[in-house]
Amino acid sequence: MSPPVPSKILTDDVSLLMVLIDTNPHFWSSIKPHFSFSKFLSHVLAFLNSILLLNQLNQVVVLATGINSCGYVFDSSSGSVSQRAESLLPKLEEFAENDESLSERDDDSGNGVGSSLLSGSLSMALCYIQRVFRSGPLHPQPRILCLHGSPDGPGQYVAIMNSIFSAQRSMVPIDSCVIGIQHSAFLQQASYITGGVYLKPQQLDGLFQYLATVFATDLHSRNFLRLPKPVGVDFRASCFCHKNTIDMGFICSVCLSIFCKHQKKCSTCGSTFGQAKTLDPSASQQR
Amino acid sequence: MANDPSSPVKLNVEFRTIKGHKFTKDGTKQALLNLTQDQGGNYIFEFENFPDRNVCKDFVASAIALSGEAGRTVPEKSAVPIQDEQLSAAEMERRIKLLQEDSDLQKLHKQFVIGGILSEAEFWATRKKLLEQNYSRRPKQRVALKNDMWSTKPLADGQSNRVTFNLTPEIILQIFAEKPAVRQAYLNFVPNKMTEKEFWTKYSRAEYLHSTKNVIAAAAEAAEDEELAVFLKQDDMLVNEARKKIRQVDPTLDMEADEGDDYMHLPIQDHGLPRNDNKDVLDSQYEPYRRSFSQHLNQHAAVVLQGRVIDVELGDTRSVAEALARTKHAELAKDASDVYLDKERLERISRMTEIEDLQAPRDPAVAPLSIKDPRDYFDSQQANAFSTLGDTVSGAKQLKCSVSTREAYCSLKECISEIKFQGLTEPTINSEVAFKVLNGLAQNISSNKYHLGRNPNESILDSLPKITREELLLHWSSIQELLKHFWSSYPITTKYLLTKATKLKDAMSQIYPKLQEIKESVQSDLRHQVSLLVQPMLQALDAAFAHYDADVQNRSARSGERPNGF
Repeated sequence: MSPPVPSKILTDDVSLLMVLIDTNPHFWSSIKPHFSFSKFLSHVLAFLNSILLLNQLNQVVVLATGINSCGYVFDSSSGSVSQRAESLLPKLEEFAENDESLSERDDDSGNGVGSSLLSGSLSMALCYIQRVFRSGPLHPQPRILCLHGSPDGPGQYVAIMNSIFSAQRSMVPIDSCVIGIQHSAFLQQASYITGGVYLKPQQLDGLFQYLATVFATDLHSRNFLRLPKPVGVDFRASCFCHKNTIDMGFICSVCLSIFCKHQKKCSTCGSTFGQAKTLDPSASQQR
Repeated sequence: MANDPSSPVKLNVEFRTIKGHKFTKDGTKQALLNLTQDQGGNYIFEFENFPDRNVCKDFVASAIALSGEAGRTVPEKSAVPIQDEQLSAAEMERRIKLLQEDSDLQKLHKQFVIGGILSEAEFWATRKKLLEQNYSRRPKQRVALKNDMWSTKPLADGQSNRVTFNLTPEIILQIFAEKPAVRQAYLNFVPNKMTEKEFWTKYSRAEYLHSTKNVIAAAAEAAEDEELAVFLKQDDMLVNEARKKIRQVDPTLDMEADEGDDYMHLPIQDHGLPRNDNKDVLDSQYEPYRRSFSQHLNQHAAVVLQGRVIDVELGDTRSVAEALARTKHAELAKDASDVYLDKERLERISRMTEIEDLQAPRDPAVAPLSIKDPRDYFDSQQANAFSTLGDTVSGAKQLKCSVSTREAYCSLKECISEIKFQGLTEPTINSEVAFKVLNGLAQNISSNKYHLGRNPNESILDSLPKITREELLLHWSSIQELLKHFWSSYPITTKYLLTKATKLKDAMSQIYPKLQEIKESVQSDLRHQVSLLVQPMLQALDAAFAHYDADVQNRSARSGERPNGF
């Protein structure tokens, strides 16, 4: 870790940026005609270097999110001199090798793009940040930037939500830049809950401009800037029977499953419901 | 006014005004009946004879009683507790406290009750739960038994040989609770054999003897005085109780408890405590007169922890003794009849001492768990998220990957090495593209500015000036209160409800223009948001007005047929 910093230099716009890069090979080969991984990397590397230029004490850590593993590929504070972002390339190659070796033989081909291990890299990023918190009272302000493109894996839902709440608790914003075709519900929630920025760039070959405009600012300066945000996050539940979005419905008191109509029995946990109480019309209140 | 049969004036007084009646005793000179009014005047009637007067007296008594009740029930019958509500001081206090704590409630109260729109009773009728909560928050504590043991060191007068003991009812209660033999003796001896004072004197003597720890003297005195002996000997009743308690211990819960915990039967050597003084081996005849401090302490502790078992006034010693005896008897009876409990205990013991390895395999006593696939739930959430973001096209599109894993990894690695050798592209980004991106972002941000606050967690209310916000919230809560009362008074069956509904409607129509004003007073960029907020309030009020008008029309149509209204 870097030597302790005298307080005069550590101003409030010093940031620690954790970047999570999606290295799902299926995703990148499926998106190949529009945007290649090499172009993506060139934009990202330029962006990382510019972050390191913004302030002498800025720190950048890059994690690669594969489909079988996650790993650290770059840490700007390692070594005696702050390194340039290009030094992540050999490590990234190594990581890709490793990830490949972990995947099973005769894998699914033509089976659609699988999801990458976002929950794993989020957790690793949060652990690194915790270590920084415990290194002393003087530390840069951490935030996480997810460059993600793979679709969301439903099996990771609980783990990702846990990471999100943990980030919220530590007050670490999670910014998301979605490079895939689809929006990501997980990242949308993550950015909303932790107070980060969610963006899906319209033009991927201008990725660097997006990154530099929106995601380069440190947390302190964000108080004075207006950054793009989605119109709203839809937190409405959907009923378990029809998958419709509902505002008012019935909930099982045992397992909290949601139904749009009164049912005799809960389809999830099997508990039977009692009679519904009919409202007294003279006492009903109009809203 | 003397009785004048020829006078044309007839006396007609309503019984309601008559508060009391007085009469002369039978056998005195005159048979008079004096009816007193509450304002102070009274009417005196003279009768010919006493029987007549008595008949009238009885009639008057019942009439007064009846009218007294009637006076009270009349307001209740109209089903409305209006101003005649008898509030106890505690109730008033509660209400005032509640109003002081909650300023919003106070504002509402001021607005409606003091403004005359709602009455006190109506206002509080729907808030009973709040009052109760307040009330029950105050803990109802009872004073427990004192923990200090009655000091056996009496006040010894240095000069004379007198020793004084102080006995209060509280102490007596404790003595009876701790020493059942004393209680039994009290019930037996007093008042037959001796008075209470004598009883307590004897008891004090016994205590004094014990405090001197002179066992031989104790034995000697006991031999002389039978009653004293009762106090000096061991307490058999206590012994039995302790034994029973031990038997009732559930071995499945407390494996350690056994006969050794029976503190009454242990030898007097205080177990474990070093006995430093005389290990004199006394004759066995003196054994019963020894008393062990540890036994006494244990018993005292048990009684204190049990707390107060009886609720009798402490003044009368005998009733206290009887009450305690009754409780003990009840306990005994319950235990004796609890055969079922015993059986259950044995069953449980046998079940718990089973050795699991030696048991035959048993069917699981649980139903299998059926958990649904979280994917079902998640997929629908995803659809939601996409629809919000306006992503209509690609929401359903699935990315197709027709390449095998190995190939995919290969291309990935190729890309990486490409950069490694070629370095970053120059320029990183095309300037036109960059310009376009920047414009697009700027436009996006500026268009969003008018829809939302600075961060999505902020609500529109926070961006309003403070006064407007307070006003809006106050109006909202007042409208809710008014609507609640308004809708609950329908269907209108009595005149009272009609007046109430009219009053409420007038109050609501006063708030209506105020809301319009607020809408207009806000800055132009917030106007749309505020009107969105105010809209449901106006809708609710409109619905109430419509209902009221329709009802009035109906009523006038109906009363047109029936000339005398309802």
